[in-house]
Amino acid sequence: MTVHNLYIFDRNGSCLHYNEWNRKKQAGMSKEQEYQLMYGMLFSIRSFVNKMSPVDSSDGFLSFNTSRYKLHYYETATGVKIVITTDLGVGSIRDILSQIYSTIYVEYVVKNPLCGLNEPIQSELFRSKLDNYIRGLAFFSARAG
Amino acid sequence: MVVFSVYVVNKAGGLVYQYDNYSPRSDAEKTFSFPLDLVLKVHDERVVVAFGQRDGIRVGYAVLSINGTDVNGRHMSDNRDVLEFLNNSFNYPLAIRFGRPRLTSNEKLMLASMFHSLFAIGSQLSPEPGSSGIEVLETDTFKLHCFQTLTGIKFIVLADPRQAGIDSLLRKIYEIYSDFALKNPFYSLEMPIRCELFEQNLKAALEVAEKAGTFGTGS
Repeated sequence: MTVHNLYIFDRNGSCLHYNEWNRKKQAGMSKEQEYQLMYGMLFSIRSFVNKMSPVDSSDGFLSFNTSRYKLHYYETATGVKIVITTDLGVGSIRDILSQIYSTIYVEYVVKNPLCGLNEPIQSELFRSKLDNYIRGLAFFSARAG
Repeated sequence: MVVFSVYVVNKAGGLVYQYDNYSPRSDAEKTFSFPLDLVLKVHDERVVVAFGQRDGIRVGYAVLSINGTDVNGRHMSDNRDVLEFLNNSFNYPLAIRFGRPRLTSNEKLMLASMFHSLFAIGSQLSPEPGSSGIEVLETDTFKLHCFQTLTGIKFIVLADPRQAGIDSLLRKIYEIYSDFALKNPFYSLEMPIRCELFEQNLKAALEVAEKAGTFGTGS
């Protein structure tokens, strides 16, 4: 069980925060390009899911699996998107994602008047709180190597 | 319990087969007086609700019929524009039926090739080496299962999130594809599948899968 990386996007698609813990493969492009590709993929998945859905959906896209990892997605009504990739053993972590939003993002970014919204988060306090929170998760413990 | 639809996508991202097994009806009819308490807009040649959810009518629903006569895209059956007709207070009161817009065959082609690229990006952005593309995509209303063969053909099944046994269904569809589409002497590779035996066997496989029932929330 492990957490690979985490992205936070705002509603315009700029990446507010990125951190990685156990990432073994880089995407083979600059980080800027990777954020854009990730956001583009999520944006397309959102509209794909919206059209494909046979009935009306409320939450829409939740997660996807490939053979090696699982990507969890959470979007607030204001368009902030939190994306975490983990290994396949992790179940639904919707509550954890909403916790990250309400107890870390809102507390240490929105309530910090020196943090501009819609720009990459510089706050060291936010970074360390988020890092501690992720490291404290039950499924964080990295496998050997 | 429910399998919604099946898509077969060739290795270039083209849709070669699509079958809708079950599509729930979602219609709402209501009589309105002037002015309308919904905001309507034209989107993709359809008149859809942009704002104002009420009485089972939801944002994104399209106008299906007015006073019982079907609407053809953004025009009425007598070629008048729907929005102009609805803006005219002399036509009221009138009964409008709304519903989730059905996917047109062009939209299905578009969505299939969209998934083709999403599949590739999913594997490119992997934090672990040697990852495949998207195998399961979960939403609150359905789960999409995708199985890619070694030759690059993708079988995609949309099912209820609680539906179990999709993995074996996907392998079964692959088997049916190999037996009835590929062995058909009139079938040319990578082209749309028009083969009765393939369709019959696919339907039978879907029935078997649906009888397998739902086992909890697992895949």
